[in-house]
Amino acid sequence: MGRFLVKRLLSAVLTLFAVSVLSFLMFFALPRDPVTGMCPKNCNPERLERVRQELGLNDPKVEQYAAYMKGILVGRDLGSAQGGRCDAPCLGYSYVNSEAVTDTLARVLPVTLSIVIPAAILWMVLGVGLGMISALKRGTWVDRLAIGFSLTGASLQLYFTGAVLLIVFVYQLKILPNPHYTSILDDPVDWAKGLVLAWVALAFLFSAIYARLARAQMLETLSEDFVRTARAKGLAKKTVYGRHALRAAITPLVTIAGLDVGAALGGTVITETTFGIQGLGRTAVYAVRGGDLPMIMATVLISAVFVVLANVVVDLLYAAIDPRVRLR
Amino acid sequence: MPDELLQVEGLTKHFPVRGRGLVRAVDGIDFTVTAGETLGLVGESGCGKTTTGRMLVRLLEPTGGRIVFEGRDISHAGRRALRLLRQDLQIIFQDPYASLNPRHTVGRIVAMPLEVNGISPPGGVKQRVRELLELVGLNPEHYNRYPHEFSGGQRQRIGIARALALRPKLIVADEPVSALDVSIQAQVVNLLRGLQRDLGLAFVFIAHDLAVVRHFCQRVAVMYLGRIVEIGDREQIYERPRHPYTRALLSAVPEVTVPAKADGRIRLAGDVPTPLDPPSGCRFRTRCWKAQEVCATTEPPLDEGVACHFPEGGRE
Amino acid sequence: MSLSSEIVGPELTPDAPPAPKGVDVAGRSPGQLAWARLRRDRVAVISGCALLFFLFIAIAAPLIELAYGIGPYEQFQSKLRRSDGMPLGYAGGISGDHWFGLEPNSGRDIFIRLIYGIRTSLFIAVTAALLTSLIGITLGILAGYLGGWVDAVIGWIIDFALALPFLIFYGPRDEVPTWFRVAVLIAIFATFGWTGMARLVRGQVISLREREFVEAARASGAGLGHMLFRQLLPNLWAPILVSFSLAVPAYVTGEAALSFLNIGIRDPTPDFGVMIFRSIDYLQGDPAYVFFPGITIFVLVLAFNLFGDALRDALDPKSSR
Repeated sequence: MGRFLVKRLLSAVLTLFAVSVLSFLMFFALPRDPVTGMCPKNCNPERLERVRQELGLNDPKVEQYAAYMKGILVGRDLGSAQGGRCDAPCLGYSYVNSEAVTDTLARVLPVTLSIVIPAAILWMVLGVGLGMISALKRGTWVDRLAIGFSLTGASLQLYFTGAVLLIVFVYQLKILPNPHYTSILDDPVDWAKGLVLAWVALAFLFSAIYARLARAQMLETLSEDFVRTARAKGLAKKTVYGRHALRAAITPLVTIAGLDVGAALGGTVITETTFGIQGLGRTAVYAVRGGDLPMIMATVLISAVFVVLANVVVDLLYAAIDPRVRLR
Repeated sequence: MPDELLQVEGLTKHFPVRGRGLVRAVDGIDFTVTAGETLGLVGESGCGKTTTGRMLVRLLEPTGGRIVFEGRDISHAGRRALRLLRQDLQIIFQDPYASLNPRHTVGRIVAMPLEVNGISPPGGVKQRVRELLELVGLNPEHYNRYPHEFSGGQRQRIGIARALALRPKLIVADEPVSALDVSIQAQVVNLLRGLQRDLGLAFVFIAHDLAVVRHFCQRVAVMYLGRIVEIGDREQIYERPRHPYTRALLSAVPEVTVPAKADGRIRLAGDVPTPLDPPSGCRFRTRCWKAQEVCATTEPPLDEGVACHFPEGGRE
Repeated sequence: MSLSSEIVGPELTPDAPPAPKGVDVAGRSPGQLAWARLRRDRVAVISGCALLFFLFIAIAAPLIELAYGIGPYEQFQSKLRRSDGMPLGYAGGISGDHWFGLEPNSGRDIFIRLIYGIRTSLFIAVTAALLTSLIGITLGILAGYLGGWVDAVIGWIIDFALALPFLIFYGPRDEVPTWFRVAVLIAIFATFGWTGMARLVRGQVISLREREFVEAARASGAGLGHMLFRQLLPNLWAPILVSFSLAVPAYVTGEAALSFLNIGIRDPTPDFGVMIFRSIDYLQGDPAYVFFPGITIFVLVLAFNLFGDALRDALDPKSSR
């Protein structure tokens, strides 16, 4: 198991390294001059040149990359215009936001986490639960309803669902305030009230997908011989379905869930834009539109970290649940 | 002296397993097959007979030893050399449901060896396919049908027709009837006998059912845990078995009358040892009622057709 | 029943009733059987017809414009309220001339913009899905059949592609022509979207390559080309078709999402995402505006999902339904 973990971590590091190199190449090695985009219209050439110098853009690419990586690991000195000393993990300075990238991230990351994690819990419970129930009650109206729900939810677009929720709950019925973010540490109730629509919108979409998957998985597992044997042995339905069948059916769901959460953390842009909340995703999009390169790099790296981390976690979970994986 | 079509010397196949060593699937076997002869290869599951069969048609490459076909060493021959060889050496598989491509018509399946080798027989491919189908007892008009429309026995016939397409000299039949109903088994074995007689084919007939082997094979080799423990004529094996394992196997066959049967059914104790770490000396000793110390120290060589220190009927 | 009595047994008999001489008896291929099953499935027929309907709209958009009389870029400022740009009339300006009403502020006709929006969406989605499938199938087959280091390398590329948030790589700014945007969108989807198909195909190939009919081909001397294209590929159509039919709605959604974020297609080109994005600003004043594109794209995606499910059932009747 230890060797397995080491191998996985190594592969994860390698992937992240490749991502960092590729993104760096894409953004800093392009023929387009990054500086002109950062500065509003009437920048004089001396200022542009000074900025270039401070950003180290005249150095060879390899040196730039090395400086960037060094900054992440131990921190480095940026010019005075960028706030001087930048402690580890240093991700550069954003001209567009006029603050260190790390500061921006510290602000928006909790927002995205607050959106994704509760939503993920909600959709897993709802989706898997619905899927399992509909599998057990196959063919009945419960099943049909669940299938209908799944298909509808999976086909509805997130922004549309969000828009409808806004219309109904905020504008027409007026029971909820306009969606916004308050830190859970400051005011948990307001935190919930501000984000609940986002949770519902995300959960509706994802639980539909998971209900479908869970149902298919469960049906397949239920048709296996070992389930029939367990029932024939006289075990209670709850034990058979709850302990034996569930365990077998849940494994692929775990994988997909992990990957989805990892990807979602990388940026729930649609949700944020629909509801007007400033999270990681929206910040990333603004960065793209504004040509804010350090910010773009940072968001790409963070998203990649989330996805890779999720992959590793999922693999470990797999190894924990399925002993065959460990023995390979 | 009859021409020896196939000679196998010290044939070995080891599969490395990560962290556990080697699986000694086949560990040094020798036998020969002359033209037109049928040799049976029998043994329990896991004794290495299927692996041997796969090596003969070079679906697997031996890790040691030699396979000599018509005087040419083919043990490690490259693709081009094997190309010609493949026309003379063909294989029939066990599973009638997996051995035919479900998306191909029967005609295409049977013609596959011709297509792959770019061979166009005089009279055309279609004509040849028709001939082959008729040869195996199927309606030649059915070459546009799909495998799922046929029964297990019919599918095996299709597989046989495919093996015959290139007019081979030797066919390796890997448990060709094990997956079929008993009544169908007889039909297919009959078919194979007829083909063998009419076309002068040599066969290496791999099976675990001794009753079937008796009706088809002139000579029989008995394998255990990767080695041949006894080899001889049909009469010798079935009426005067000398290796304890052979005797035990035969005692389980319902119809075979063996003098030793008077003792009743021989039941072997224990399970087959793992091929990862076979017993020292004679591999059968852990289950043999005759085992002595020498059996643990020295591996008995295949001598006079039997590999045992204490064969039935003793040694001269 | 003992074996010995069978030796002298009945002569070899043909196992099927003989057909009249000269007539080629044709069997029904697995593909034909699947098609028959699909035709019997009501849901498949309905959703299939809906898809054909959408396809027709997409292709015939200019003709529809001709018949309808109004183009997607025409502005009808006179029919908007002067004070806040809202359309006059009921539910966002629905009338005999403007079947779905007008857009606030720009005064453009929603119906014809939707028609063209369908065209944009389907074009991008289908093209991307085709490209994706091509790449995915090729890499999947190679990885599955060759195994070893080829598989390892391709697997790593897949992990890498999945880790990249590809949204970010969209570069073009405002001054770029629409067709260029479309091309970039398709390119981005194709570069990152093939992983699903590749994984699926790889899995299928791995389970197929140990089957005996593959070994039979090898034993007859088949080369790599024959193996991949004549033996394996015919058995891969089922997962490929299903994956394709589910990839298209994913790309429709993706393209609309990107346009929604202003990273994809932009105003004034008619597009679902653009329309919905604009409608968010008018949710209080003109809620009808968001419904038309929302419902349309919902129906489109739903039809694809239903058809994809039905296709999966028809191709593999054992699947759990």
